[in-house]
Amino acid sequence: MTTDTVGRFERALEDLQVSVAHVQATDATDAIESALEGPAVGVELPFEGVSLPDRVETAPTAGDLVDATTGVTPARFAIAEYGTVAIESAPEGDEPVALYPQRHVAVVAESDVVPDLGAGFDRLEAAFTAGDDSIVFATGRSSTADMGGLVEGVHGPGEVHVIVLEDR
Amino acid sequence: MAERVDNGTRSEPASQADTREATAARLRYLMETEGNAIYPMASGSNVRRAQTYAETDDIEQLRAEARAIKEDAIDRLPELLETVREAVEKNGGTVYVADDAADANAYVAAVVEEAAGGSNERATAASHPSGDDPTVVKSKSMTTEEIDLNDTLEARGADVYETDLGEWVIQLADDSPSHIVGPAMHLSREEIAALLEAEFDLAEPLETAAELTRFARDYLGEKIREADVGITGANFVVAETGTITLVTNEGNARKCAVTPDTHVAVAGVEKLIPRLRDLEPFVDIIAKSATGQSISQYVTMLSPPTDSPTLDFADDTPLAGETDAADPTADTGDATDETDPSGDREFHLVLLDNGRMDMRADDQLRETLYCIRCGACSNSCANFQSVGGHGFGGETYSGGIATGWEAGLADHDAAEFNDLCTGCTRCVDACPVQIDIPWINTVVRDRLNRGEEPAHLDSLVEGLTPDEEPSGLDPGKRFFGNIGTAARLASATAPVSNWIADAEPIRALLERTLGIDRRRNLPTFRRETLVDWFESRGGTEASRYRAERARKRFDEVPDSLEREAVLYADVYTNHVDVDRGKAAVRTLEALGVPVQVPNLPESGRAPLSQGMIATADRQASRLYAAVAEDLDAGRDLVVIEPSDLAAFQREYERLLPERSFETLSENSYDLCAYVFGLLEHGADPSVLRNGSGEEPITYHSHCQQRTLGLEAQTVALLERCGYAPRTTEAECCGMAGSFGYKREYYEVSVDVGQRLTSEIDADDPVVATGTSCGDQLESLLERPVPHPLEVLAPR
Ligand code: SF4
Repeated sequence: MTTDTVGRFERALEDLQVSVAHVQATDATDAIESALEGPAVGVELPFEGVSLPDRVETAPTAGDLVDATTGVTPARFAIAEYGTVAIESAPEGDEPVALYPQRHVAVVAESDVVPDLGAGFDRLEAAFTAGDDSIVFATGRSSTADMGGLVEGVHGPGEVHVIVLEDR
Repeated sequence: MAERVDNGTRSEPASQADTREATAARLRYLMETEGNAIYPMASGSNVRRAQTYAETDDIEQLRAEARAIKEDAIDRLPELLETVREAVEKNGGTVYVADDAADANAYVAAVVEEAAGGSNERATAASHPSGDDPTVVKSKSMTTEEIDLNDTLEARGADVYETDLGEWVIQLADDSPSHIVGPAMHLSREEIAALLEAEFDLAEPLETAAELTRFARDYLGEKIREADVGITGANFVVAETGTITLVTNEGNARKCAVTPDTHVAVAGVEKLIPRLRDLEPFVDIIAKSATGQSISQYVTMLSPPTDSPTLDFADDTPLAGETDAADPTADTGDATDETDPSGDREFHLVLLDNGRMDMRADDQLRETLYCIRCGACSNSCANFQSVGGHGFGGETYSGGIATGWEAGLADHDAAEFNDLCTGCTRCVDACPVQIDIPWINTVVRDRLNRGEEPAHLDSLVEGLTPDEEPSGLDPGKRFFGNIGTAARLASATAPVSNWIADAEPIRALLERTLGIDRRRNLPTFRRETLVDWFESRGGTEASRYRAERARKRFDEVPDSLEREAVLYADVYTNHVDVDRGKAAVRTLEALGVPVQVPNLPESGRAPLSQGMIATADRQASRLYAAVAEDLDAGRDLVVIEPSDLAAFQREYERLLPERSFETLSENSYDLCAYVFGLLEHGADPSVLRNGSGEEPITYHSHCQQRTLGLEAQTVALLERCGYAPRTTEAECCGMAGSFGYKREYYEVSVDVGQRLTSEIDADDPVVATGTSCGDQLESLLERPVPHPLEVLAPR
């Protein structure tokens, strides 16, 4: 079931032209490292034994956000059906880190990939009940057709990369 | 736009013609200047919407759920207002319910001034480019358009920047949005490039969409970073948790909401829904209906003031630095907590009434409040595809549902564009919350009719028009609303009436008085009506005999074929297109079904399309009374004209008692579907004129037939009879009954019609089920376009 769900998630991401890597926790740091481009900012990852590469600035100033090319954040969960990652507006700055840089790298645990929107709402409700109060469902890359043609990367990131952490 | 008479003074006859001419000229201008950009965008979204709907298994369930939630929410609105106030205040924000535009504007302006000049240090920071002028960044919000918030803020010295790219372009051009979802849909890339060239000191000219987008992003990015206040709308507001939902593809709403310290969300009170869980069907359907995407890029569910750290670009301490961010378990529920990052944030939710509570109390307009502003109704509308929201829109809202909004909102006016809804019902299948948009338009039209003063031209059509409507009604409307009376007269005096009607002086008179465009072919009335013909060949008795004889030729007649049909001879079939009526009678008899063709009352379709509800209501009762006995006796009411069938199966729900409506709607059938049903139940198709199996034929279904889900059955019938039908894709033929005759809409009608004819192969025979569609196709293609049964019926 889970494998299926993750497979479906990866296919949905592919359709959205979002690249994806599926790695074991022990290889996570390397996988993140190779997904970085330019100066990078990030939010510490809540997954046991997984840390961000050293060159990721984890206590960025607002200026760092603007200068960074890549922002790395955890995703609270992901929705396979649509290729969605759920980013929390946490005090650690997940929201601006996921939003400001041109490239967003989202890290999600395999066990947090749920099959469909309904299951996503189960997670959302649970999170809100537990005290979270702001979450964004981010699907694919920021885009607009307002300037006479479809363009990616408008106010939000124009590139998205998802790293799925295999459960041990 | 032509001047409207709205102060009780009545226009002279000549000025009515002038008004028509001015409307025609304005629509012609919009088609030329904006139509080329609007059509590919709107119809493209519509095609994607239709595909996505078709691919979504539970789409109807989703629509029903969304609708049920809205019904419940609007029902409980006063209670939800209390709930949301408690929830937002508990989070540390403020709720303000504004009575009207002025109230809302004054409140927001005060918040902006406070945020910029008050305790907020950033307002005077060196990085601030405009000194003490407050700066505001906004994400797209139709509600703030509705109240002209930008004007108020600017008048009070604030710099206001729209950050949605389309909305920003509109702001630069000092233009108004032309589509609920794509405000700058009417502008081409070249026009946008020229606009930026004129507005900015550009080092290099911007050409591609990517270059234009990059420039906008950089420019607006800076504005967002410097702003004192971010203003957003809200697609939905969850009362229970005080959560506002922002749906965007660009990401600008997220930035506006979380970057400045102060966030103001402005939304109509109708955006409230009870629980977080209620969001699910809306999150699922809003992008599907708007653009045909499965979900929007960003669906933000934000219960502000959010815990996200504030961003001060003049400060070089880490974002989460001074707060207790290291301890993620810290209680962040209390905004006054010193360690709480959201303590720096301020949030105001402004909920706008501005007429909505009155709409809620109005049985007919209430449905409008269920609208989630997805724009699907605009995209699916053939007339909108031609003229866009500047032609088919009011002060703020555009497209089909605009009439409901503009009529319901304080100080808005739905009069000028309402007639562009022809009642074709194509939007009915598109709307994610199942709003009966054409009905709202009919109701508003009826109210507009009643609001007018007596017309000078009444005498011209009096006697011809025994209706229930106020005497101020536009004579053209009255004429088309009583077309049955005119048809009876014209048939009685045919062919003389046809010669007279075609004479140039008469055409000029008809144009001046009734607004019937001279360029449109008038129907040719027949001296012998269908009812007369049917009687002259022996009536019901003879039909029974013929049907019996046909049955004897069948090997075996299943019980399910023991039927009797009452054929509804609508005005047009009875008086003009008599041949399709004859074809229907011959086909049914040949398949063993005896037919009656009584002289039945008009359906009320014509007055309905003119907004004459009282007349239609009376006609519905008469029609029902006239067929009740047949229905009780188990006969089937077979309807040739799809718009009449739509009246029986849709609009009559509003006009007849429930049981009568059910009886009628369950026992009335579309002619082609009925014939296909007979074949499916064992009737012998060989008695029809069958094709060779691969004979190409193009079939244009009727708008209302498609909405009723009946297009497929005609296609199946044609296939069954040895044809290889190809169906047309264009939403509408552009005719829709009286619409194409009217002077002011003639050119729009032709524009829409040409999109349809461009799909049709020059060599293919063409058939159409609707009379108006057939007329339109015949005049544009210059060849006969019969009803499908005229091709299939035995001679
Ligand atoms: S009326 Fe329906 S289709 Fe039209 S904008 Fe509103 S929700 Fe969308």
